[in-house]
Amino acid sequence: MEDPTVATTTSSWRARTATWIEERYELGALTRFIDEKRVPVHRHSLWYYLGGMTLFLFIVQVVSGIMLILYYRPSAAEAYESVQYIVTRVEFGWLVRNVHSWSANLLVAVAMLHMASVIYLRAYRKPRELTWVSGAFLLFLMLGFGFSGYLLPWNELAFFATKVGTGIPGALPIIGHDIVRLLRGGDEVTGATLSRFFGLHVAILPAITTVLVGLHLLFVQQQGMSVPPSVEANVKKGERLRETRFFPNFVLHDAVGWYLALALLAALAAFSPWELGKKADPFASVPAGIRPEWYFLAAFQALKFLPSHVLGIEGENVGVIGFGALAAVFVVLPFLDRGASYGRPGRWVSWLATILFAFLAVMTVLGYILA
Amino acid sequence: MEPGDGVVNRPPVRRRTLLDWLLGLGLGSTGLAVFHPVRRFLVPPRGGEAETASVVAGSLSELPPNSGKVFPFGSRPAIVVRTPDGELRAFSAVCTHLDCTVQYKADTSQMWCACHNGIYDLSGANVSGPPPRPLETFVVNVRGEAGREEVVVSRS
Repeated sequence: MEDPTVATTTSSWRARTATWIEERYELGALTRFIDEKRVPVHRHSLWYYLGGMTLFLFIVQVVSGIMLILYYRPSAAEAYESVQYIVTRVEFGWLVRNVHSWSANLLVAVAMLHMASVIYLRAYRKPRELTWVSGAFLLFLMLGFGFSGYLLPWNELAFFATKVGTGIPGALPIIGHDIVRLLRGGDEVTGATLSRFFGLHVAILPAITTVLVGLHLLFVQQQGMSVPPSVEANVKKGERLRETRFFPNFVLHDAVGWYLALALLAALAAFSPWELGKKADPFASVPAGIRPEWYFLAAFQALKFLPSHVLGIEGENVGVIGFGALAAVFVVLPFLDRGASYGRPGRWVSWLATILFAFLAVMTVLGYILA
Repeated sequence: MEPGDGVVNRPPVRRRTLLDWLLGLGLGSTGLAVFHPVRRFLVPPRGGEAETASVVAGSLSELPPNSGKVFPFGSRPAIVVRTPDGELRAFSAVCTHLDCTVQYKADTSQMWCACHNGIYDLSGANVSGPPPRPLETFVVNVRGEAGREEVVVSRS
C-alpha cells in the first residue's frame, strides 16, 4: 500500500514545479495546443509515420556524428588512421561508426519513401506547397551530407568516387572549371578537398539543415497533417473523418516507428559492419568496381549510358542539364500540379513519378550489375 | 501497511499498471543500451605511449659531461643527463608534481623544474620543492662505433 502522505508530497511537489514554470513562462497555451491537436485517421495514415522516422534517423546522425568528431582527424595524413583507430581501439567505436554509416543510408531511403508517399497522396497541394519545397531542399541536403561524408574516411573507393563526382560539373562550359575548383578546394582531390568536405559536412550543411528542419516541422505543426484527396472527397460526401489525439496516441504510434527504425539500425550496425577499405593513394590507379553510394548510382549509370554527343552537345552536359532540370521540376512540383489544390489531382503526376522511380530503380540495378 | 491489510484485500494489478510498467521497462532498457556504449565511447582508450620501449636520444658527442638533453620518448618528454664525472643517466622528464618538463641545471648539477622550482638530484630523487616522488628512471645504453656512438634510452 502506498503511504498517502508520500503521494501528497509528490503531487504537491509536482504541482509546485508546474506552477513555478507556469508563472514564468506561461506554457498553458502550448500544453493546450498539444492537448487539442488531432491527427486524421484513414486507410493511408500509415504513411504519416515516415516523416517521423526520417527525423529520428536525422537525430541519430547528429548524435553519432558529434561523437565521431571527438576522435576523427580531418587531414589526408590522419583521416584514415583516425577512423581505423575509432573502429579498432575506441570502445564501441565500431558501433558508433556503423550506426552513423547505416543510419545515413536508411535516412536517405526513408526520406525518399516519405517523399514518394507525399507525391502519391498529393500532400504537397495547397496550402502545403512550402512544406514540400523545404522537404525537397532537405532531401538535396541529405544527398550533400552523404556525398561529403563518404570522402571523410579517406579510403580508396571514396577518394575516386569523389574525383568522379566533383569532376562532373567540369563538363559544363565556361563555369565548369570554377565549380570543380570550388568543390575540390583546388584542381585535384587532395587534403584540401578533405578539409573542405569536412567543413561542409559538420558545419555548413548542419547549419542550413537545422533552419530548414525547423521550418518544415513548424509548417507541419501549424497546418496539421494533409488528408489525401480520396478521403477528402468522401468527407465532402458526408462521411465522418475519424481523428485521434496527437498526444499521447499519435506520439506513441510514432514512437513505434522510431523503435522499428532503431531495431533495424542496430541489427544492421551489429551484423553488417561498414567496410573501411584501403587508404586512399592519389597516385594509385583506379580500382575496378568503383562506384558511388547507391543513391547516386542511378545518376552515375545514366551518365555512363549517354553517348558522347547528343544533338551536337556533349553527352555529359546533356546529363548534367537533364538532372538539373529534373531537380528543378521536383522542387516546384506543387505549383505545376494546380488541379490537386482544387480536388482534381492530376493523374499525370502519379504516372510521371512511377515512370521516374522505375527508371531510377532500373539504372540503380544496372549500376550494380555492370560494375 | 495498516494492520488487517492482508493479501486478500490487496487490489489486483490493473492492466494499465502492468502495461505502464512494461513500457517503462522497455524504454529504460533501450535507454541503457544506448547510454552504455555512448559512455564507453567517450572515455578515450589507453594511449599508444606505453608501447614505446626504446628510443635513440641522440649522439654521445651532443652530451659533454655536466649536460642534459630533453628528447621525445613516445608521446612524453624524457631527459638524458651526463654527470660531471661522465656517467649517462636517463629519466622521464615529466615532473612528478604537475607534469611540467624538467631541465638540466649545469651550475648545480641537478634537474630542475621551472614551473614550481622542484629539484631532483642526479639519481632522479626529489630533493627540494613540491615534487612528491622521484622521476621515473630509464636505462641508458651506448651503441655504435667509437666517435659516432648513439645514446639509446629504454624503459627498464
